[in-house]
Amino acid sequence: MTISPCLRRMLVLFLLAWLPLAASAQDDDGQQLLQSLDAASFTQMGEAIEAIITSGDERSRGWLEALLDGKLQRHKETGRFVVVLENRGRDWPVADALTGEAIGEMSRRDLDRLGINNALRGQLQSALAVLDLHVPETRDRREAARALLGDVDASLVEPLEAVIRVEEDAEVRRLLEQGLAIHRLEQGSLEAVASLQGSLNNRVRAALNSAARSDDPALAEAASVALADIEQQMKLNRGLETLYFGLSLGSVLVLAAIGLAITFGVMGVINMAHGELIMLGAYTTWAMQQLLPGQPGLAMVLSIPAGFLVAALAGIAIERGVIQFLKGRPLETLLATFGVSLILQQLVRTVISPLNRTVVTPEWMSGSIMINEGLSLTLNRLYVLGFALVVFAGLMLVMRRTRLGLEVRAVTQNRAMARSMGIRATRVDIMTFALGSGVAGLAGVALSQLTNVGPNLGQNYIIDSFMVVVFGGVGNLWGTLVAGLSLGVINQVLEPWAGAVLAKILVLVFIILFIQKRPRGLFPQKGRAAEG
Amino acid sequence: MHSSTSWLARPFRERATQLFLGILLASLATVTLLNLALPAGHPLHVSTYTVTLLGKYLSYALLAVAVDLVWGYLGILSLGHGAFFALGGYAMGMYLMRQIGDRGTYGDPVLPDFMVFLDWDSLPWYWLGFDMAWFAFLMVLLAPGLLALVFGFLAFRSRVTGVYLSIITQALTFALMLAFFRNEMGFGGNNGLTDFKELLGFDLRSDATRLGLFLATGIALALGYVLCRAIVASKLGRVSVATRDAEARTRFLGYRVERFQLFIFVVSAMLAGVAGALYVPQVGIINPSEFSPIFSIEIVLWVALGGRATLYGAVIGAILVNYAKTVFTGVMPDAWLFALGGLFVLVTVLLPKGIAGLLAYRVNPQRSARKPDDPSTSPREVSA
Repeated sequence: MTISPCLRRMLVLFLLAWLPLAASAQDDDGQQLLQSLDAASFTQMGEAIEAIITSGDERSRGWLEALLDGKLQRHKETGRFVVVLENRGRDWPVADALTGEAIGEMSRRDLDRLGINNALRGQLQSALAVLDLHVPETRDRREAARALLGDVDASLVEPLEAVIRVEEDAEVRRLLEQGLAIHRLEQGSLEAVASLQGSLNNRVRAALNSAARSDDPALAEAASVALADIEQQMKLNRGLETLYFGLSLGSVLVLAAIGLAITFGVMGVINMAHGELIMLGAYTTWAMQQLLPGQPGLAMVLSIPAGFLVAALAGIAIERGVIQFLKGRPLETLLATFGVSLILQQLVRTVISPLNRTVVTPEWMSGSIMINEGLSLTLNRLYVLGFALVVFAGLMLVMRRTRLGLEVRAVTQNRAMARSMGIRATRVDIMTFALGSGVAGLAGVALSQLTNVGPNLGQNYIIDSFMVVVFGGVGNLWGTLVAGLSLGVINQVLEPWAGAVLAKILVLVFIILFIQKRPRGLFPQKGRAAEG
Repeated sequence: MHSSTSWLARPFRERATQLFLGILLASLATVTLLNLALPAGHPLHVSTYTVTLLGKYLSYALLAVAVDLVWGYLGILSLGHGAFFALGGYAMGMYLMRQIGDRGTYGDPVLPDFMVFLDWDSLPWYWLGFDMAWFAFLMVLLAPGLLALVFGFLAFRSRVTGVYLSIITQALTFALMLAFFRNEMGFGGNNGLTDFKELLGFDLRSDATRLGLFLATGIALALGYVLCRAIVASKLGRVSVATRDAEARTRFLGYRVERFQLFIFVVSAMLAGVAGALYVPQVGIINPSEFSPIFSIEIVLWVALGGRATLYGAVIGAILVNYAKTVFTGVMPDAWLFALGGLFVLVTVLLPKGIAGLLAYRVNPQRSARKPDDPSTSPREVSA
């Protein structure tokens, strides 16, 4: 059993000490049960144990564990049953077996140990294992059943089969049957292999492994076939896991780059402070959590609009303060916005702290979904992946279906013509930049769940973001999505055999080479817009 | 036809170059004199620490000249020149490492300390030859030159220009930074190369060597300046300015634009490598942070502040910014990034021609208004 019996005992004692066990009728029953344990023969003792198990008394597990450890003892004079808490020294602290209350120390000479033999020990162990399978919580039962895998012995077969017959949860039944199958496999049963097929559990694999080396050729053959099958399944799992991590990394890249795809791709403005806008979004999440202590979930939800707003306002300030004066001079824009990024970074360092801040993950975002025993998906990454897709869809809608999107496309294609049609180009510039910046803020909100929130957060993403936009094709949102996701997956595929840093280097080199081959990215713009 | 050296002699006949060289050489002489002739307590005495600091500025100035050559006269905004600088520095650093010999902490006669520490039993192949000065100095030129050749060949052949080129040069130096941070690369990882003892037999800690390095850097700057000036004033330089202003038109006129771009890019990278090689023995360390994209973009700021396409502006900008950095980081370190960031914004928005533009305006307001190689009004940039 994996849960330490000591820990469990402490828990039980703790519970016993607190539960009001006043009912004296119950105490009488308990006393009787214990009395019967103090029998003349081990056979009678075995019957007494059986009686305790079937009694359904909630104290029974504590008694049985104490009995197993030799700590259930009887006071010679009073006949009172006590549980020894610590058998060290001459005087032992004890607790009353019936009430669970600590009742001071007793001399070891005054106590009689209820001794057991090996047969009884086995009976007790299996009885305890089965007791765990009777708790009301399904999750605990599954846990208990999983803990039994590989630990089933002959004495347990019968009680477990009885449990399986009455168990309602299919998963518990499956686990128990697997546990029994492992036992049968150890006994050399060939049919057991079939019922273990496809399980990814470590204990199952260990059992099959030893069966594959057995002397019985038929059994060894069957076991190795089953093992190969499992190996195949594991390989698939690993592939799926890599894909998941790749998509997760890709979704982060898409989020970070999609705002850039608008400001750089659509407006032609190089905003080197884009990373710092992401950082602002992440810090907004942090600030929101500081404002709403104890409610990380609500803070998380609120920081989505807040992060968008903060970053969008900062974006407007950058556009009005710097970029509007540098229209048509992309290289100068690059330098000036780089200066802005330095200022923003230092501002955060001075005002908040140069150290990383912790952003709490709300409960509904932590944990993971178990697909099968070898594959589980962490929830926060799943949320970020979904969030990235939602943001992307939202942006597509804005660009394709709204008046703003129409005006943005018009101004991008032909500024002078758009203006003469009555579009206020300057206003469109501001709105576009605010939109792109706001999306960067959203990226920051999402990133705060995956990485450290610190002044350098943005810096780490700016080069990657530019790479994604350039790789995907400037001015093409679909290109950004495809490029981001595929770069994420490529990175994760390379990582196992190249290491994280080398994988990143290889991806960068790959993009540099790719740009040589297709200077306008995966999905180049066509027609007049391409010449702009 | 003039003799083959005439293009190299031409800069010496230009007034601006004469003035620049005059000021530079006079400054070198003054610093030397103030350092050697005056006793340490004298108010005008220039300490060896200051001499080394000035030497560092001068190596940065040479780097800025290299960047100005490609940005000012070719229109290529390289955000990766720090990589060439660092490669030159690493080549020099490797030579200096081998010169330590068995005087390292672990006393291994061949392996540098960090390799002993990593349990390596022999030198990697790319460290071979670096115990010879001539080979190392050759690599100072060849390592950045070759990288620029391969990178430039690929980029210019496929006509990657403008912002795209800037971004991929930035990715290049970023990738190199990540690579050099790895211990497995064999360049000392995080810590880089340091603990140098001597260069060509001269003790690096002695005052005389430090003064010598300062002078060598000053002379290298002068030579680099003259070389760039010569290139710019030559026919090749005219084509490159034409490329900067109207790449497509130059191509239509029959010039193989990519060859000119490649040549100038490689020359510039080599100059940056030399600057790096002179920088390393003076500061006593080379580590991967020199590859960081921020450093590369800072170099561009020096040039922008001094004034693009003037060469001497780059020198002024490099010295001014780095002097300010020294002062700021000493007095109020937190304010430095504010100042630097503000400088980026102010220079690009308010001072597009830099300090050199201001100077030129003072000297000759009318002429400077329609100067032919004024990059800020070039048609290509307006249309881009």
